[in-house]
Amino acid sequence: MIEIHDVHKSFGQLEVLKGIELTVDKGEVVTIIGGSGSGKSTLLTCINGLEPIASGRIVVDGTEVHAKSTDLNRLRRKIGIVFQQWNAFPHLTVLENVTLAPRKVLGMGKAEAEEIARTQLAHVGLGDKLATYPARLSGGQQQRMAIARALAMSPDYMLFDEVTSALDPQLVGEVLETLKMLAEEGMTMICVTHEMAFARDVSDRVAYFHKGVMAEIGVPDQIFGDPQHPETRKFLASVR
Amino acid sequence: MFGYTFQWNQALARLPKMLDGAVVTMEVAVLSMLIGILCAILLTLLRLSGSRSLRAVATGWVEVARNTPALFQIYMAHFGIASFGIHLSPFVSLLIGITFNNAGYLAENFRGALKAIPDTQIRAGRSLGMSQTQAFRYIIVPQMLRISFLPMTNQMVWAVLMTSLGVTVGLNSDLYGVTQDLNALTFRTFELFAIAAVIFYIITKIITLSARLIAARLFRY
Ligand SMILES: Nc1ncnc2c1ncn2[C@@H]1O[C@H](COP(=O)(O)OP(=O)(O)O)[C@@H](O)[C@H]1O
Ligand SMILES: [Mg+2]
Repeated sequence: MIEIHDVHKSFGQLEVLKGIELTVDKGEVVTIIGGSGSGKSTLLTCINGLEPIASGRIVVDGTEVHAKSTDLNRLRRKIGIVFQQWNAFPHLTVLENVTLAPRKVLGMGKAEAEEIARTQLAHVGLGDKLATYPARLSGGQQQRMAIARALAMSPDYMLFDEVTSALDPQLVGEVLETLKMLAEEGMTMICVTHEMAFARDVSDRVAYFHKGVMAEIGVPDQIFGDPQHPETRKFLASVR
Repeated sequence: MFGYTFQWNQALARLPKMLDGAVVTMEVAVLSMLIGILCAILLTLLRLSGSRSLRAVATGWVEVARNTPALFQIYMAHFGIASFGIHLSPFVSLLIGITFNNAGYLAENFRGALKAIPDTQIRAGRSLGMSQTQAFRYIIVPQMLRISFLPMTNQMVWAVLMTSLGVTVGLNSDLYGVTQDLNALTFRTFELFAIAAVIFYIITKIITLSARLIAARLFRY
């Protein structure tokens, strides 16, 4: 369970998160929508401790992320994150990209790590690209590799930050399919997305962010069919 | 022509001695590169450090190494520090001088290579649970190595050629020193230095060709 309680966060003078409250249960899929600069990415990077917070608490399975005593490297093993920019490691093959962290972080043997990597890569449809270097993959393939790389750590939670935004339109579908598949398998996920149809299809709940505030959260039918907050209505009208 | 008769046989008879000198030249070049790379890594880290004075020391080193003659650097490593009562052998002084020079140039290359790698690579590693050190070692350093490989090869060639400056601090066991001594003995100036030049040329060619082979094996991406 991820519990976010009254989280505030600023960059210099700019307050980017203004008291976020959100609890994500095991197996739940929550998507976050909202305008650019509303603090969506910042929230995700706070959840896995890449960014510090000013006040409030984020607790993952009972561990407070920003407590001094928390071993972030250990905590991050159970929280996978995939960014808009997929960050393939260019000097490693697809297989090596996926085995690196299991081997160096979990101390797994080569054979075991490769076994897991092969399974995950086949899972995202890259079973035939093991020996390829990322430079030879399309954006969609690199993004799916990044997903497999995160999954190889057997995380309990996956965070996705606009994973299709940097892709050519014809490559968006294959990545969304992969996310859908994970959701159906019961992965606990927080997805920041601009793909409204996807948000509607896969989410248990949809949250709308506006200027650092979670203006509204609800089931997809309610958010898309009967938005309560005027800003949500404005936003949905603008993206339709 | 010009009253000079070539006597190649006399000069070639000295080839074994010159090859011994070439071995010393290679020793200095290889050692100065190995130590120079370690120093350059240290300098690169110091230049990223939070301490202003550490950054200043590292930047000073790089600036002097790159903006003053190598001859001056080697001279300082021998006669310069002798003023403070530290007397080093010509071999050690030459080694220190060239190492100083190598480290300065390489540190600048490493810094450029580091800048060319996006921060998001580290972030991706950290997100997978790696420590800062692990991310640096497994993600950044290999990419840095590739970007810096050609400059490192060039520096290695420079290190070989810079050994010829050892004569200025009294070294006479390296290729250039040996050649100069033989010249004083036989006066076969043109022949001896032509042979030395050919040996230098062969050494540097071997370095660049093997570097190319290593690069082809190492960097497949
Ligand atoms: N590292 C940073 N330094 C300074 N400002 C930042 C940084 N990251 C994000 N911001 C600012 O914080 C605000 C929220 O950013 P972000 O969380 O990326 O929004 P979103 O993902 O919703 O588009 C923006 O105004 C952005 O410019
Ligand atoms: Mg964002």
